[in-house]
Amino acid sequence: MSERLAMRTPAETPPKRRTRPRRIDADWIRRNGVYVALVLLLAINVVFTDNFVSEGTLRLQLIQVVPVLIVAIGMALVIGTEGIDLSVGAVMAIAAALIPLYIGYGTLVAVLVAVLAGAISGLLAGTLVGRVGVQPIIATLGIMVAGRGLANLFGGEIKSIRDPGIVELGSGSVLGIPYVVLIAAAVAAGAWFLVRRSTYGRRLVAIGGNKRAAELAGLPVRRVLVTTYVLCGLLAALAGVLLAARSQASDPTKLGLLMELSAITAVVLGGTPLSGGQVRIAGTVAGALLLQLITATLIFHDIPDSTAQIAQAVIVVAAVYVQLGRKKARR
Amino acid sequence: MLETEGVTKSFGGVHALRGVDFSLAQGEIHALVGENGAGKSTLIKVLTGVYRPDEGTIRFDGREVSFHRPADAQRAGISTIYQEVNLVPLLSVARNIFLGREPRTRLGLVDVAAMNRRAAELVGSLGIDIDVTADLGTLGLGIQQMVALARAVSVDSRVVIMDEPTSSLEAKEVATLFDVARTLAARGVGLVFVSHRLDELWQLCDRVTVLRDGRRVHSGSMAELDRLGLIAHMLGREVAEVAREGATEFGDTHRRDQEPVLTAHGLQVRNRLHGVDLAVRPGEVLGLGGLLGSGRSETVKAVYGALPVRSGSVHVGGRPVRPNSVPHALRAGVALLSEDRKAEGIIADLSVRDNIALAVLPRFSRGGLVAEKRIDALVETFVRRLRIKAASPQQKVRELSGGNQQKVLIARWLCTEPKVFLLDEPTRGIDVGAKAEVQALIDELAEQGLAVVLISSEMDELVEGADRVVVLRDGAVSGELSEDRKTSAALLAALAGAAAEEEGGDE
Repeated sequence: MSERLAMRTPAETPPKRRTRPRRIDADWIRRNGVYVALVLLLAINVVFTDNFVSEGTLRLQLIQVVPVLIVAIGMALVIGTEGIDLSVGAVMAIAAALIPLYIGYGTLVAVLVAVLAGAISGLLAGTLVGRVGVQPIIATLGIMVAGRGLANLFGGEIKSIRDPGIVELGSGSVLGIPYVVLIAAAVAAGAWFLVRRSTYGRRLVAIGGNKRAAELAGLPVRRVLVTTYVLCGLLAALAGVLLAARSQASDPTKLGLLMELSAITAVVLGGTPLSGGQVRIAGTVAGALLLQLITATLIFHDIPDSTAQIAQAVIVVAAVYVQLGRKKARR
Repeated sequence: MLETEGVTKSFGGVHALRGVDFSLAQGEIHALVGENGAGKSTLIKVLTGVYRPDEGTIRFDGREVSFHRPADAQRAGISTIYQEVNLVPLLSVARNIFLGREPRTRLGLVDVAAMNRRAAELVGSLGIDIDVTADLGTLGLGIQQMVALARAVSVDSRVVIMDEPTSSLEAKEVATLFDVARTLAARGVGLVFVSHRLDELWQLCDRVTVLRDGRRVHSGSMAELDRLGLIAHMLGREVAEVAREGATEFGDTHRRDQEPVLTAHGLQVRNRLHGVDLAVRPGEVLGLGGLLGSGRSETVKAVYGALPVRSGSVHVGGRPVRPNSVPHALRAGVALLSEDRKAEGIIADLSVRDNIALAVLPRFSRGGLVAEKRIDALVETFVRRLRIKAASPQQKVRELSGGNQQKVLIARWLCTEPKVFLLDEPTRGIDVGAKAEVQALIDELAEQGLAVVLISSEMDELVEGADRVVVLRDGAVSGELSEDRKTSAALLAALAGAAAEEEGGDE
């Protein structure tokens, strides 16, 4: 039979060869620009910023990037499904507000309750998106507004947290590396493994790439979507707990404010397209670091915070523009 | 009044129109007919200024015209009415009719009273009885179509092009729409009418132009053409033509001595299928014939659980398959190669490898992790067996040719080791070489005992590729051509709705 096949193979058009010249085009910038920018900005700071290369400065930068980094990784998964999660900041606030309420039952219980709250919020978002069919931006916008209200309801005003376990979590370190940094590294490694090696990760990317095709291939589309939003909510809650632990306080009105913007920026900077179908964990980590370093650089050189926010907005638009440029070029 | 001469239009080397002559007379209703991809939409878009022809001329009232944008055509007096009404649902009927040309008062405000009065006169003169102050969105689709027609009249259109206006209308709405259309024609407006409901053409149209593969293949009086003749023109076969030998790569017939592996009974899908029965034996290729909209794709999708069925049952290997569940159908051994490769098949940004392995992920996982080595082996087997031409299994599917993309999808489904393979237009849009390979592969699979359901708009493919052809019409089985009676002529007759015995006997 294969002989028959062979005989009946007339002029097949040759496949389009993948030409990948080492040329710096829009696609290359999208994939690697974040690393280049990170190295450049590091070099600039090494030269121009006093006391930049010191254990204290670098340590502080790493500690400060942790919440954005963890939230951005959850966001990267959601964006990979062609979704978005605007509720992450509010979920952080809810988680932080729950800590003082449950700290009486012990550190572990308080942390678990807080993280569970994030998972429940994610379950709600995932159900709205995956099963009811609400657009992600609408579903999570609702949760964002309601969640902030709920956090205020739980927390009321700023509460300080004095529990030794929480304080240790926020400020302690092992072998000179802060716990929070270790946790963030573990989250990043876990997410990388999930995307690269797990069945779930493969499905997530397929659904983000072509949902209808994934459905027809028998993939459990709804389950994957719900799982993804649950993971995102869980990670946001974890970030809220760590942020509260480090500041030893929980401020439901302020904590996690505009975090959704920072997280989306980090993801987009890292080269994950908003159109879904790809998740770049390493890029997202680099994106979060870059974002942190930009803010820090502006602060080092006494440029006010409001300017830093404007800079962040410009960066998002520029990063999205690079993506769009690539899309157009393809057509 | 409106004419084209030798209009040619191509997109990236693909000819959508090749030297098409078309002419519309004043006061006539002209049917424009053809299967999908025949060039109807392209011709309409050329006439309405959406596209500019590569070659050829357009004449309007004897003068050569060249429309640079749709607004030019509209200003010249050519209106288009689409299947989806492109009016504003939240505005009143009158506002919609006069949108952009509202009568003004001296203060420059919209003169609502005058507008409503003139709108009422207008719709009244067309024999439509509606409240012109009602919001358009609150009215039925049929009424909305008529408002669109009224708008065309109010801008003094000389030509109205109706692109499948009836496809979502009820029978009564269609009748009223036709009355309005005739009223317009009587006033000297020329109408171009596109519909996949062939019966409507004889009810409404004076003349007909048939397009196929971008060429005009027939033009003439509607009344002088019967249903069979029209379909023969659309599909490109002479009625008397006997089946040719060897036009496709399909070989001999397959053994059919076993019990059916797939049986579907009484499949009903809302507005689409009205009780379809199917049975396929192992090693048999069952052809599914029918014109556009006859329910071919819907039938295989319903079997596969991808289209919600109202009632009906599917059995594979004697066991019932849970309805409306793709995962259950897959597990039972059914696979569907969908007609729309881009939208429902490939995941363009994923690699050849990941596209092939997509449907078998659960079986190639251990503890939630992907068994990469086993997948590599599987992918390599299929890439070689189907001769998929890719730089490497890691190459993105979007970079492959259409034929190779199709082979990737066939590999995806063969990985699932199906008992029944539903193929919806497997050779559409792929080059000649790949087409021959796919046809030979279908043969080979059937010989190995797979039950195949083959949908094709190409008569040769059905007649030569299938052992048996079931013909669908309006969502129901209208005929069956058995082994000894499947010829192009008999198929044509069955498609046209005539009894297969009468027409098919004289081949």
